[in-house]
Amino acid sequence: MPRQTPLNAVHRSLGARMVDFAGWDMPVQYVGLEKEHESVRTAVGLFDVSHMGEIEFRGKGALEEANRLITNDLSKATDGQAVYAGLLNERGTFVDDVVAYRFSPEHIFICVNASNADKDFEWMRSNAKTVKPVNRSDDYAQIAVQGPKAFALVQRLTNVKLDQVGTYRFTQGPIAGVECIISRTGYTGEDGFELYCAPNKAEKLWLALLDEGKIDGCVPAGLGCRDSLRTEMKYALYGNDIDDAHTPLEAGLGWVVKLDKPDFIGKSALVAQKAAGVPRKLIGFEMTEPGIPRAHYAIVKDGQKVGEVTSGTMGPSIKKAVGIGYVPTALSAEGSTFHIEMRGRLVGARVVKTPFYKRG
Amino acid sequence: MAAEYPSSLKYTKDHEWARKSGNAIQVGVTWHAQDAIGAVAYVELPKVGSSVTAGGVFGVIESTKATSDLMAPVAGKVVKVNDALTNNPGLVNEDPYAAGWLIEIEPSSVGEFDQLMDSATYTKLLGA
Repeated sequence: MPRQTPLNAVHRSLGARMVDFAGWDMPVQYVGLEKEHESVRTAVGLFDVSHMGEIEFRGKGALEEANRLITNDLSKATDGQAVYAGLLNERGTFVDDVVAYRFSPEHIFICVNASNADKDFEWMRSNAKTVKPVNRSDDYAQIAVQGPKAFALVQRLTNVKLDQVGTYRFTQGPIAGVECIISRTGYTGEDGFELYCAPNKAEKLWLALLDEGKIDGCVPAGLGCRDSLRTEMKYALYGNDIDDAHTPLEAGLGWVVKLDKPDFIGKSALVAQKAAGVPRKLIGFEMTEPGIPRAHYAIVKDGQKVGEVTSGTMGPSIKKAVGIGYVPTALSAEGSTFHIEMRGRLVGARVVKTPFYKRG
Repeated sequence: MAAEYPSSLKYTKDHEWARKSGNAIQVGVTWHAQDAIGAVAYVELPKVGSSVTAGGVFGVIESTKATSDLMAPVAGKVVKVNDALTNNPGLVNEDPYAAGWLIEIEPSSVGEFDQLMDSATYTKLLGA
């Protein structure tokens, strides 16, 4: 039996189509992927992301301990700031990608992928030297409020001054009377918040947002459009675009790798890869002939398989079939052309600038 | 448009419908199938004159959500394909039982069509 988030009954009452995702019974869509996608781009959508995991380091040395596990540098962040980062193994490839919240140097809170939560916790526990992590995944539900009208909606439900909370900053306070971690983050390319609250308060928060959001055109949004929205932004999805066979340098995530900080697991492998040259790169491409690329389709150049598609879709906002995949560095420049093999047929594609979707 | 499964049609477990059209069998996807697929972006259909087998893949339908195989309800020879879908694949969503038809098959045996599900049986399958 897949696990259920505290919003399971609400999803069912809203007529959601449920699927098993990473061992969780999750809503893939309510009224339809395209409509939900459009609502997030033009108004606001609510996502139940309570399946995500949370791991905490508390006490003296918490920051140093967490910082030794991730690629980004929490010592350069301020209290109330979050950083996106890789959690790597010694080979420099991904255990997971995470968002680390710096409450203070003695309190670091890390949001991890649902599919990796247990693995990540075990990895952190076995690699932590002095401050041991605590798995807080069962203590938090999470609702993502995303879209150009998300800010106004959430602001109407709280006295917290949200204009003080910039991108990748967070604070704490009540939203509709529910105590939350209020984080200005997301996975859609739109403005918005991710709200962490106690599981037994999640339904109250969800219903308050949905009700107050009526005038904004707020809709519940499923995992289907979460995937199409993030693909239009070329945001990596663990298990598709990043995994334990690829490094952040290959994934185009060099910006979250701080090689100038003292040490972190995977650093020496990345230093070596950087010196030797990155052999392949994760690029975004669009199809120049009809067809939609999908994960695991071969990328073909001059009759040779040179790579594999990691994600692909028909972008509802960009109205183009686009994909993400690894190609040899020589083929990674914008304008490079190759073919995607679709059911034995070679279909033309071209490397383009990302994100595929640009606001406004 | 609400879910609808006309009683004049036959159905398959692969969510295709079939209708007698002269000597041929016209084939499309059901309301349920197009709803599950979402906005159709491309439809890949076989060439006229090619052979299909009952339950065999004859084409592909693509949307943001997924790429799905199309399965023939009966064996035979493809005698017509709906060329309108090349420029307007959304017809499959707008009008799955008429303008959004996919292909016509000249069946190898007449009996196969009669053995397909009727509307009541198919609706029960969806409810299960």
